Amino acid sequence: MSDLLELTAARAAAAIERGEVGAEELFAFYRERAQRDAGASGDGLNCFTWVADGPADTPSPGWGKEPGGAAGGPLLGVPLAVKDLFCTKGVPSQSGSRILEGYRPPYTASAVGKLTGAGATLLAKTNQDEFAMGSSTENSAYGPTLNPWDRARVPGGSSGGSAAAVAAGLAPWALGTDTGGSIRQPAALCGIVGLKPTYGSVSRYGMIAFASSLDQAGPLTRDVTDAALMLRHMVGRDGCDATSLQFPHEVELPRGERLDGVRLGVPAELTGEGIEAGVLSAFRAALERAEELGAELHEIALPHAPHGLSAYYVLAPAEASSNLARFDGVRYGARAQDATDLLDMYTRTRHDGFGAEVKRRIMLGTYALSSGYYDAYYGRAQRVRTKIAEDFATAFAAVDLIVTPTAPTVAFKLGEKTGDPLSMYLNDYCTVPMSLAGIPAISIPCGLSEGLPVGLQLAGPAFSESRMLDAAYALETALQFDGSGAYA
Amino acid sequence: MPELEPVIGLEIHVQLATRTKMFCGCGLSFGEPPNTRTCPVCLGLPGSLPVANAQAVHFGLMIGLALGSELAPRSIFHRKNYFYPDLPKGYQISQYDEPLCLGGRLGDVRIHRVHLEEDAAKLTHVGESGRIHGSDESVVDFNRGGTPLAEIVTEPDIRTAEQASEWLKLLRTTLRALGVSDVNMEEGSLRCDANISLRPAGTEELGTKTELKNMNSFRFIERGIKAEVERQRKLIEGGGQVVQETLHFDPNSGAISSLRSKEEAHDYRYFPEPDLLPVAIDERMLAAAREAMTELPADRAERFEREHSLSAESAQLLAFRSELGDYFEASLAAAGDPAPPAQALANWVAGDLVSRLGEGEDPADSNVEPAALATLVAMVSGKQVSVGAGRQVLDKLVAEGGDPAAIVESEGLAAIGGGDELAPIVAAALEANPDAAQRVREGNAKAIGPIIGAVMRETKGRADGGEVTRLVNEQLGI
Amino acid sequence: MARLARLQLGEQELEPMARELSAVLDHIAKIAELDLEGVAPTSHVVELTGALRADEPRPSLEREIALAQAPAVDDDGFAVPSPQA
Repeated sequence: MSDLLELTAARAAAAIERGEVGAEELFAFYRERAQRDAGASGDGLNCFTWVADGPADTPSPGWGKEPGGAAGGPLLGVPLAVKDLFCTKGVPSQSGSRILEGYRPPYTASAVGKLTGAGATLLAKTNQDEFAMGSSTENSAYGPTLNPWDRARVPGGSSGGSAAAVAAGLAPWALGTDTGGSIRQPAALCGIVGLKPTYGSVSRYGMIAFASSLDQAGPLTRDVTDAALMLRHMVGRDGCDATSLQFPHEVELPRGERLDGVRLGVPAELTGEGIEAGVLSAFRAALERAEELGAELHEIALPHAPHGLSAYYVLAPAEASSNLARFDGVRYGARAQDATDLLDMYTRTRHDGFGAEVKRRIMLGTYALSSGYYDAYYGRAQRVRTKIAEDFATAFAAVDLIVTPTAPTVAFKLGEKTGDPLSMYLNDYCTVPMSLAGIPAISIPCGLSEGLPVGLQLAGPAFSESRMLDAAYALETALQFDGSGAYA
Repeated sequence: MPELEPVIGLEIHVQLATRTKMFCGCGLSFGEPPNTRTCPVCLGLPGSLPVANAQAVHFGLMIGLALGSELAPRSIFHRKNYFYPDLPKGYQISQYDEPLCLGGRLGDVRIHRVHLEEDAAKLTHVGESGRIHGSDESVVDFNRGGTPLAEIVTEPDIRTAEQASEWLKLLRTTLRALGVSDVNMEEGSLRCDANISLRPAGTEELGTKTELKNMNSFRFIERGIKAEVERQRKLIEGGGQVVQETLHFDPNSGAISSLRSKEEAHDYRYFPEPDLLPVAIDERMLAAAREAMTELPADRAERFEREHSLSAESAQLLAFRSELGDYFEASLAAAGDPAPPAQALANWVAGDLVSRLGEGEDPADSNVEPAALATLVAMVSGKQVSVGAGRQVLDKLVAEGGDPAAIVESEGLAAIGGGDELAPIVAAALEANPDAAQRVREGNAKAIGPIIGAVMRETKGRADGGEVTRLVNEQLGI
Repeated sequence: MARLARLQLGEQELEPMARELSAVLDHIAKIAELDLEGVAPTSHVVELTGALRADEPRPSLEREIALAQAPAVDDDGFAVPSPQA
């Protein structure tokens, strides 16, 4: 049984294909683990908002047929945990909010459809910060998720449920979303791999929107190979998403264990002040390993990166305030009872249905867009965004990849930052600039600090995923980080 | 108090005749059962995304070309944020400061801009009379939601209610000719709001304007604008000040009332729509739009003048009501030998025929076949039938259709042109009206009236007026 | 502002919300210090245009499905309290 637990998604797919492992068997194995955690109320990690309660829906031809005889997709039979905000037809999709409690969409998100079309099976929906707003999953209306490394601490957010599930071995891999760091930061805090692709490379159709110009779907996995595998089957232009792009080439699985000739840029602005000492030393140690592998370290400047947070906390709430206007109790979701009139229905529905952080960001966003303030806030933030993108373009003329710590701290204690929104926002300090520029970035575990995982972030120019994955893979192989201690 | 002049601008919404909605693939609804033409996108379901309709952009370009607008090489969509049950996303996708078309002109009114947006859903108020006031519950049907709209905004160049109505008809004819919309006010595919203000004649500065909404016929628009101009005039002349507000005109009572109390000014918080890419006009799109252009009313009028030597007035009358122009040309094409003179045919179409049909009725829908009218006009011009008799024939054609020659035969309406038949009748009329005859003899040409009248009665209108006059003069020795 | 966003804030929420927002706004206000003269705003990260859709009808949802999650239905439509005058 524990052999099954050791299989990464890639190895599981191969094993199923060779007939060594049965797809149904693997699904039942993970389903049981997930249900155990979901049913453990209080003792579990609270990773999940929904778990499959029977055999997987048959996703592709050949499912469950005689071992090895399946002519299904390349991901055939590998169970997948999916962040709550992805619409999954007939299955609750609540984006961590009360206002969508029990909502079952009539359609499935394109990204999920691509993965199930390739053979993956829907294992569970994972917990998240409400409407993807947060860095700790403490903003979920369904309770916080706990960090498998230390259950008194947060797993990060907003894709905390996905990250914790993978780290605890409750799912072989998971799908999450990243707007300002929501895949990468929880991956770092949970000691796993998290990838945010180039903006536009994965369709957003069916992703309950937070900030449209920033949201991207991406993998949370045990290793870099799995991340590449999932990405490979998710990218591509979708007619239902006007902002989706054709990936210029196929995403290859990474190989190569050296970094000879790879120029790594280290930005002073994101690798010094504001980063916890333990995180910095693990990061620097990893950089030394990179040099040993043949990488060249270059100091670079990203002068506008420190303003990324400010720009992000104008742009994201602004777009969110508009995206969340549809939650008005008219067509779906919760509706306040006994409303005296329409205005009362709107305001009470939204007051009761949204948590504090969501309300905060809606107010912020409404303000940033309002007449008289648009130029000072939204307009300026758009321009900061341009400068940040220019900074990266300049940097990538001199280096191949940029490297930073993923998050300024390791996993913090539950409740530690909930009283101070600003301190919570600072978690995104290193990840937000890449989101604003729309460039891809990956977080891999690079060591421990005080027994808790530290993440290292690699970022590259648009569509450089393959090169970025190769570098991450080489580093991963050299670092030999072992996350199995966190398995539940 | 100096004389006040009205300053009027129009804001027109045109439903485009595409097959699908502006941002999703749902088919457009024509009276379908409620909520049967919806999908995640036009219902605003969580996670849905808009994708713009290429045909709507194409139609938008055609409208821009027809109006002589500047087509923006790059335009973007914006979100217009507000809450209302007929707005499923809580924002309308529209265009703000980078619209598809800027400037232009149609007739004597300049165009400010043309842009694309999506229509709201339909909100029905459960309660008596379906009006907003005084009902507890409303029901939303999202079939209409998402229908592509072109919004056309004019400069405030209009000065009278009649001018507004006439210009709107010209716009309607133009858009109909383009084939981009049904432009039917009763069905809601053409909607017009008016912005109205007054200012001292001869000044440049604009006064405070009010917005008059939801007028759904040309007549109501004219009456509504008139009423609002009057209301503002009385207010200003009485020392009051016009308040900027949205108003409604009740055609039954003629009253103007406030449509929305503005407790909070609408702050739409426009920002660029992140889910849609900018629209860039390339050569291919431009060429396709140009190629699809049909003959526009102004051009048609000019062609009528040139090709058929019609008077400017006739040409315009026929060109600006496309169904008349179509009928005219069909009639010319179907004419036998001899063909009717074009101007005469034009007069009969725009005058005699139209006056015998219902308001706004298309002559092609009447009982009068184009070939029949051509024959009739040829007969009148050839003096086989008098004008008066010809009109009687037309009455018959309108009522029952048929062939003019046959009707002339069966009704005995052939002209009495020959002097043999007519001369004795003229003589009799002169004898019966000696006083009139005397006055004519004395040089009072107008006095011939009763004599001609008598002859017409006797001949049942078949006599040719000119011939009667000639005979009268001959017999009186003038 | 709350009214514009159709949010109703309870008594207890007002003060902390105002305080928190103030703090965030102060932080954000730093971007006012930057010199952004002549910098074009990025409204779309993707530097393409177009992505228009062909005018081809796609199947619509069955009405039962469209109405399935509605909090209140009447006459085959979504029922809401009537808008105020």
